This record gives sequence, structure tokens and C-alpha cells, in this order.
Amino acid sequence: MKVSAFHLMPHRELPPDFERRHPSVWVTPPWWELADARRVGQYYNWTLDELLHAARAGFDGVCTNEHHQNAYGFMPSPNLMGSVLAKQTNGLDVAIVQMGMTLPTTSPPVRVAEEYGMLDCISGGRLVAGLPLGSPMDVNLAYGITPMEHRERYREAFELVLKAWQAKEIFAWNGKYFQLGQVNLWPRPIQEPHPPVWVPGSGSISTFDFATDHNVCYCFLSYAGARAASAMMDGYWDVVDKKGLERNPYRAGFLQLVAVSDTDAQAEADYARHVEYFYHKCLHVPAQWFAPPGNQDYRSLLAANRNPVRRAEDPKTLRYKDFVEKGYVIAGSPATVKERLIEEVIKRLHVGNLMILVQIGSMPHELTLQNIDLFAREVLPHLREIWDDKGWENHWWPQSLRATRAPVGAAR
Amino acid sequence: MTPKPKAAKAKAAKARPAGTNVSKPTLSPKGRASNPTLSPEGRGQGEGIRSLTVWQHRVPLRVHVRGRGPAVVFFHGPWGLTWGPFLDALAQRFTVYAPEHPGTAAGEPDAIQHVDNLWDLVLCCDEVLAQLGLRDVNLVGHSFGAMVACEVAALQPARVKRLVLIDPIGLWRDETPVVNWMLLAPADIPAHVFKNPDGAAAKALFALPEDPEGAALARTRLSWAMGATGKFIWPIPDKGLKKRIHRVTASTLLVWGADDRLVPRTYAKEFAGRLADSRLEVVAGAGHAPHLEQPEATARVVQAFLAG
Repeated sequence: MKVSAFHLMPHRELPPDFERRHPSVWVTPPWWELADARRVGQYYNWTLDELLHAARAGFDGVCTNEHHQNAYGFMPSPNLMGSVLAKQTNGLDVAIVQMGMTLPTTSPPVRVAEEYGMLDCISGGRLVAGLPLGSPMDVNLAYGITPMEHRERYREAFELVLKAWQAKEIFAWNGKYFQLGQVNLWPRPIQEPHPPVWVPGSGSISTFDFATDHNVCYCFLSYAGARAASAMMDGYWDVVDKKGLERNPYRAGFLQLVAVSDTDAQAEADYARHVEYFYHKCLHVPAQWFAPPGNQDYRSLLAANRNPVRRAEDPKTLRYKDFVEKGYVIAGSPATVKERLIEEVIKRLHVGNLMILVQIGSMPHELTLQNIDLFAREVLPHLREIWDDKGWENHWWPQSLRATRAPVGAAR
Repeated sequence: MTPKPKAAKAKAAKARPAGTNVSKPTLSPKGRASNPTLSPEGRGQGEGIRSLTVWQHRVPLRVHVRGRGPAVVFFHGPWGLTWGPFLDALAQRFTVYAPEHPGTAAGEPDAIQHVDNLWDLVLCCDEVLAQLGLRDVNLVGHSFGAMVACEVAALQPARVKRLVLIDPIGLWRDETPVVNWMLLAPADIPAHVFKNPDGAAAKALFALPEDPEGAALARTRLSWAMGATGKFIWPIPDKGLKKRIHRVTASTLLVWGADDRLVPRTYAKEFAGRLADSRLEVVAGAGHAPHLEQPEATARVVQAFLAG
């Protein structure tokens, strides 16, 4: 089992009436009214410190991601954060999991191959290369990519990046969206033939096919928990079976929100308002922006329109107890968290690469460190060996880090 | 790749044009409900739906043909083709050819994947005119379709006799941005397109059938039509028309709904300032789609202009 600490780098201090006064946390939140650059500098530094703390406390990897024009998670350049993490974790058996640089908005996409090459070199070959499609809010609304071209552009960029890493000869790329006369990547990554590739998705069937066809790790990034994800992940494993691939749990990643305290009651006292802040404010986005016309192909769109039941419930109607009960958040004592993670998430979804959102919404720095410490000390040791008896190899993890990481005491 | 013309399908389509929104408002002053179907009686030859393929046989599309007289080609807007009283009225004095934008015809959603950019699209339209054998034409377009009509008129100025642009897009002013309807909640779109979102015209375009399958199909087609047209205007509908519009020589009628909430009427000045010969007619009681919301009044000014 590989367990990584995931961070969104959210605005932690939005006003209580934020979601009533503003139409969206994404694309349109007014910076001048809601943010202060010096304070935001503090958020970035806390974020880096929290991820480094997780690395030292025993997590197997640290995850950053890319989003634009929002207060939900604003690391427009995940690689700026990743380079600090790569440098500061040298000497630790920790993967730098970039979840990652958005392909369709990076032009030319060899920039992704170059920067990931740099990170792999700086980290000594510890990079996990996330190659995300990007959300419509980021790609279509903030970065102006035509919705109908979003996925096709992604597929072309993906092929280009993979080829740029591996080609022994200089090559010309005569694509539909990108034309480059002589591609000759400097630097190349340490890992050969290339760093492990993870493709995050949100349950679209076409991404299952893409992930299995390219033999990458499919990561379901959901905020609705494992119960809501089970049908989706079953669909993924069906595709794996149908294509005759091995049911290796490391072929799948899953993101889970986790909040640990000494007791279940203490967890509620510690985390309830931060969890509600996350679901009520950080996910405050007009529903139609998740699917602007043309972003989904016709068949997926028709399938979605035929099955309105698949639409998630409105989290604004839920409170902390609901989020915990439904498994959106796994919160409570170490024993509660351990049991639910193992049964509801890891075993039920058959997942080998788990990402834990360790900082949730408005969760302050000290509380985040506590969450990381308790998880690393009381929960993580019980997860590490879950798949070991089956003899699965994590082909989607840096080769030098595949062995079980030695236990680490909490750093504080 | 090339779909064969399907006789049976075309016949069925005559009875009720599949995939086409049918608007219900009456046109006749006597209160006769306009016949929304393409009835063959008393009509010119070659009426109905013609299936064409253009663009190296990759793009199948359908052209609705009706009426008698000089040729008028109608380019529809972002929500698909609506054959209603406005086009019926034009068909009384002209032969109206109404092509469906690539990807918006029922059963052919992927046609749009072969049309990469605006240059491709304009040349596809040019091929449609060639296949229909139209050398001297009047072009009428609505919204996105008006931008297309204007581009075609800039490409082939000598072949366009008269041009009618109904609430056109294609230009941009920072001070008065065109609203991106693709970002609106579906429930908010009717009130942006129509002055009266509860009226018959709005219902004809946007109301969903009651049966779930019909509703799913209608919702999908509407969204897909916006996506297939939006492909050429995202995220700002200024794709260079301002550099080409000077080539248009046709006398041009600009028609604007008095209460257009998507494209402010100030854009009429932007178009007029760039066209050699144009005038503006404002239609009262209409929003962004005056030909649907006030079909009689709109048809009257358009017919008078085309005949004049």
C-alpha cells in the first residue's frame, strides 16, 4: 500500500457569508475583496510545511495539483511547489506526486515533459507524473480552451509528452494542436523509460478506457467518499477485466478526506466546522460549469442525461454528521479511521495508491499538523502491508521507492 | 463515411422534421395555426430535406428546402434549426434553404469533429452552396448563424445579393461584452434569449418533452448544438470577422430584438460602421431571437428588404 498526503492549498479564511454573497468559489471570486497577498504567502508556506511534515512523519508521497482563478485550491503552478518538496525531501523515501500539471493548458506540452524531467532529476528519480485533463473551470473558463477540443487536445499532448521523454532521436511533431519542428528534450527524467504516470479522473467512462489502454494508474478524485465511488470503481475494474489486464490494486488511486483525533467526539469538536467550510464554500460552483456544452462527447452527455440519479446530492444541504456518516469524510478516533479506511475504501474499491486530503478547508496549520501526526503514527502503520501478501508489484510508483517504507516516528 | 441518402428517412422527416424544433406561434392574421410540417402540397419542386456530404465526404448535413422564388439561405443560431412561421413566411416568396450546422442534425453528432476551425466551417458552407447549385443568393442568419452568413458573404462577395443579420455575433467590445450563454444555467437560458421566457416561442425552443427519454434527448441535442456552434466562438466570439467584413459588398439589413439580453444593441453600430451599405430595423417585443418571438414583424421587414 502506498499512502500519500494530498493538499489543495485552499483559502482558509473565507467570510461566513461567502457562498451567499458570491456566485462561485471558482473563476469569479473577487481577489481584492477576499484575499491579501501577504496572508496568501503564509498559506503557501503553511502548505509546504504541512506536506514536508507529512513526508517526515512517514507518508509515502506528497501530492500537489494545478487549479486556476479560485479560492478552493490555488496552486496555479504545482511544479513550483513540487520543486521545493523535491529539494527538501532529498534523502527521504518519499515520492513527489504531481497530480499535476494540466496538459491541455500547457503550450507546448513539452513544457510538462521538461518540468517533470527537472523534478525527477532534482528528486533523484522520485517523481510520479500525474497527467490530468484539468477541470472545465480551469481549462475552458479560466484558460479559454474550447470545450469541444479539451479532450482531443489532452490526448495529443499526452502522446507528445510520452514520446518526448523516450525518443532516442530528435523528432518532428506535426499534430493538430501542436507543431514542433525538432523535439529534443532537455533534461530527460532519471526514471526509465519514464516516470510512472497517473491519470486523475472523475468517473468518466472514456477515461477508464484511456487509462487501461495506456496502462497508467487511474485515480478517482472524488469528494463524495468511497460509498458513492464504488459503482464507478467497479466499472473501472470491469474494464480492466475485459481487457485481460491483471487486477493489480496499484492500477488504481483514490482520494479520501481524513480527519483524526483521539476520539470520535473529539474529531467532531476539532474538525466539524472545517469540513462544513470545505463542502459549503470550497465546492461552491455553478453546476453547469462542470460540463460546458461540448466538453463531454455526445454519447457520454446522453448517458448522463438519461441517468439523472447519478448526479451527486447537493453538499450544501449536509452537515458534519452527514459527511461522516456517508463517508465523504472519514473522521474519528484512530481506530475508527483505520477500520473505515481499510474496509470501505481500500478493500471495497481495491485501491493500492491512496491519497489522503490532510488539510481540509479552513483547517488551521496546527490542527493540520496534528491530523498528519495522528494519522502517520496511529493509522498509517496498519495500512502499509495490506496488499503485500498478494505479491502485487506497484508498477506505478518510482522503482527505488517500491519497498515498504521503514516506520517513522512522528516528527514532532 | 458517406451516408447514402435515405429515402425512407427523408419521407419520415417530411412528416415531422426529426431533430428540428417546431415553433407553435401563429402567423396568419386569421389565427390559423401555421403548419409546422413540410407539407408537399402546393409547394415548389425539390422541397423537403436534402442530405448532402461535404468536406471530403466527412461531413454529412441536411438542408431543409421549402418555397418558391429566388434563393434564400438561412443559417440558424446556437440552439439548432427551428422551422417556424418566420421561415414559412419567407418561403411564400422565396425558396428557403436552411442547412443544419454540422453535428446538429439528428443521428450525426460526430460530423462536427471534422470541422476544425472557422475557416473549415466557412468553406463547408461554400461547398453546401455549390452542391445546391446556388450562384446568386440572399443570406439570412441568426446570432451565430448571422456570423457565419457574414463570413460567407466576405468570402464570396460577388455571389451574395442581399444579407440579413438577425442579432448577429462576431464582433467584440470590452465595454459591452456579449454574454456567453454556454455558461448560463439551463434554466436561465430562456430568459436570456427571449423577452418573454414563458411565451410560446420560448417553449417551442426550450420546453422539454414529458417522457424521460424524450427529455434526455432534447436536453442532449440542445447542449450539443451549443457545443457544436460554440466550438467556433469560444471563449469570445471575435474570430477575425472585423478583418474580413470589409469584403462584404451586399446590401445588408441588421435586425435587432429591442430587448436582446445576450448581444447588446450597441453591436448594431459596430456592424454598421464596418459594412458598406446597411440599415437597422429594431423589432419590438423581442429578445435575442426576434424571428421566433415576433415572426410576423420580423418576416415583414426581412421580406421587404429582400424584395426591394
